[in-house]
Amino acid sequence: MENSAIIQINQLIKRFPMGKGEFTALKGINLDFGTGEFAGLIGPSGSGKTTLLNIIGSLDMPTEGEAVVLGKPISKLSSKESAKLRKESLGFIFQSYNLLQVHTVFENVEFPLLLLDYTTAERKKMVMDALEWVGLTDKVKSKPPQLSGGECQRVAIARAMVKKPSLVLADEPTANLDAANSHNILQTMLNLNRELKTTFIFATHDEKVIGYLKRKIFLKDGLVDHEEWINQ
Amino acid sequence: MKIAFKLAFRNLIGAGLRTWLNVIVLSFSFVVIIWMKGILVGWDHQAKNDMEQWEIGKGQFWHNQYDPYDGFTITDSHAPIPNEFKPEIEKGEMVPMLFAQGTIYPQGRMQPAMIKGIPANQTLLKIPTHKLDSVTDVIPAIIGEVMARSSHLEKGSRVVLRWRDSKGTFDAAEIEIVDIFSTTVPTIDVAQVWINLETMQEKLLLPEQATLFSFANAEENRPAVGDFRLKTKKELTAEIDAMIKTKSKGQSVFYFILLLLAMLAIFDTQILSIFRRQKEIGTYVALGYTRQQVVTLFTVEGAMHAVLAAALAAVYGIPFFIWQSKVGFTIPMDTSEFGMAIAPTMYPIYSVGLILSTTLIVLLTTSVVSYWPARRIAKMNPTEALRGKIQ
Ligand SMILES: Nc1ncnc2c1ncn2[C@@H]1O[C@H](COP(=O)(O)OP(=O)(O)OP(=O)(O)O)[C@@H](O)[C@H]1O
Ligand SMILES: [Mg+2]
Repeated sequence: MENSAIIQINQLIKRFPMGKGEFTALKGINLDFGTGEFAGLIGPSGSGKTTLLNIIGSLDMPTEGEAVVLGKPISKLSSKESAKLRKESLGFIFQSYNLLQVHTVFENVEFPLLLLDYTTAERKKMVMDALEWVGLTDKVKSKPPQLSGGECQRVAIARAMVKKPSLVLADEPTANLDAANSHNILQTMLNLNRELKTTFIFATHDEKVIGYLKRKIFLKDGLVDHEEWINQ
Repeated sequence: MKIAFKLAFRNLIGAGLRTWLNVIVLSFSFVVIIWMKGILVGWDHQAKNDMEQWEIGKGQFWHNQYDPYDGFTITDSHAPIPNEFKPEIEKGEMVPMLFAQGTIYPQGRMQPAMIKGIPANQTLLKIPTHKLDSVTDVIPAIIGEVMARSSHLEKGSRVVLRWRDSKGTFDAAEIEIVDIFSTTVPTIDVAQVWINLETMQEKLLLPEQATLFSFANAEENRPAVGDFRLKTKKELTAEIDAMIKTKSKGQSVFYFILLLLAMLAIFDTQILSIFRRQKEIGTYVALGYTRQQVVTLFTVEGAMHAVLAAALAAVYGIPFFIWQSKVGFTIPMDTSEFGMAIAPTMYPIYSVGLILSTTLIVLLTTSVVSYWPARRIAKMNPTEALRGKIQ
């Protein structure tokens, strides 16, 4: 199923300055991800899940080692280049949704497309398609404060998916959702993963999420402890 | 950039009350600044107009010796009226005047005055000289209101006037104030006594002579004639420009304070929104904005206050300006400091240039004030912004 590697992580070390010294959050990670994976970084709080996800998402830089994402070495990207990588190929889903509160559902989903060269008509079609995937076509004109948490996260998924990115990074996407909504959202993402061949990487310690993963990467103290593959 | 405008507009409108408070304050500065500047322009225009109508016409010819700031020159500043001027004088398009230093003695006090002879039949200038034709057994004279007040003279008052004739001999006569006129032009009012030109020429023993001429002909670059040289309206009204300039400097302080208040509000809003919207900033970056683009977005958003303010200012400002330019505005101040009998009513004049330059200045200032705090975004770490951890 997984063929060409879209992410190669090599001896990745991340240190944060702390007080006078430093804190090492990632202590030498080696991981590869192939196209179309539905994988998760699992581990207790403080194990470095978010830190790793942020580096893969080119929001942060490795201290040592390298993460090559879609052929781009993260540590060598200028801020312009990393912005280009994010706008063209990456989608983010956050625990707290991070929707733009004063914008409508439509505008929120349209947002990533504004940075790319699409016509108004193309954008409209793409946004409506994305809302269709998450089942929110009836809420186009609503604004986030009027939506439930589950609906907000579905908008966020539509926003991450609308440009059909190669890779979606989701940091604790279900942490603020109840069981029913969590399953609903995971099922949505799983469908998208199948239909669009989008690679999903989660950071989570939620059992519900873990149940859906095809590949479970257990992190402990900034290191990969072990992995599990689920064969279908 | 286009996206930035679209987003900034949505964000700004979405921010609701706070935006509108800022916009209202800023639009108020807009309207007040344009209004006050308009009044100064109107005043300048008005003062020059009044001066033209009351004193100088379209220009004057001065005797070479004449210097209004040097009283000693007056004695020698006269020459026979050149023949070249006579046709114009006869047509009523030129008014000869003869000046002399004199003294009046109202209620026994001594008060210096400039005595000015002017033809009673002139109609070029608004000074009511026809009153000088009044039949009295003494010399009829007219004065302005400020002069009347300072010398305690009233219509019908008689007072002794003393002067020196051209031979240097002192002479005196009684005059009767036959009229008191009200003008906003101080130079024809303060310490001035107007009598008939012929009487003046007779008393000074200077028949057919004059110190200066005001004329109606607007033609430019008129050559000097004999002892008389041209003084253009522009030169003659330079003092008004100087006064307006002084006033406008005074006003600038006020504009500065007004703008400062509006800018403080916007600055504060920017700081606050950058602090409160860290997650949003982080999200923009995650979605593919460069931090520089986010800086632009916030700058445009701040600067957009000025655009909205201009729009709002237009809504209530334009009717206000139109109304003001119709009814005028009487400056609530003691105009006697300028030697004016009455507070002149200004009819503000708003030029396109005035409105555009004010708008541009406000827009630029707002942009700078918006950019200043937004620069911080460029240094933000996106992961920390996403966590909302930046202090
Ligand atoms: N900017 C930072 N400065 C200093 N330390 C940091 C920073 N970001 C993360 N850390 C530390 O690095 C370690 C890993 O953090 P990370 O956020 O990756 O954990 P996590 O696995 O996502 O945990 P959680 O499940 O609580 O989200 C933690 O101990 C955290 O305190
Ligand atoms: Mg985390």
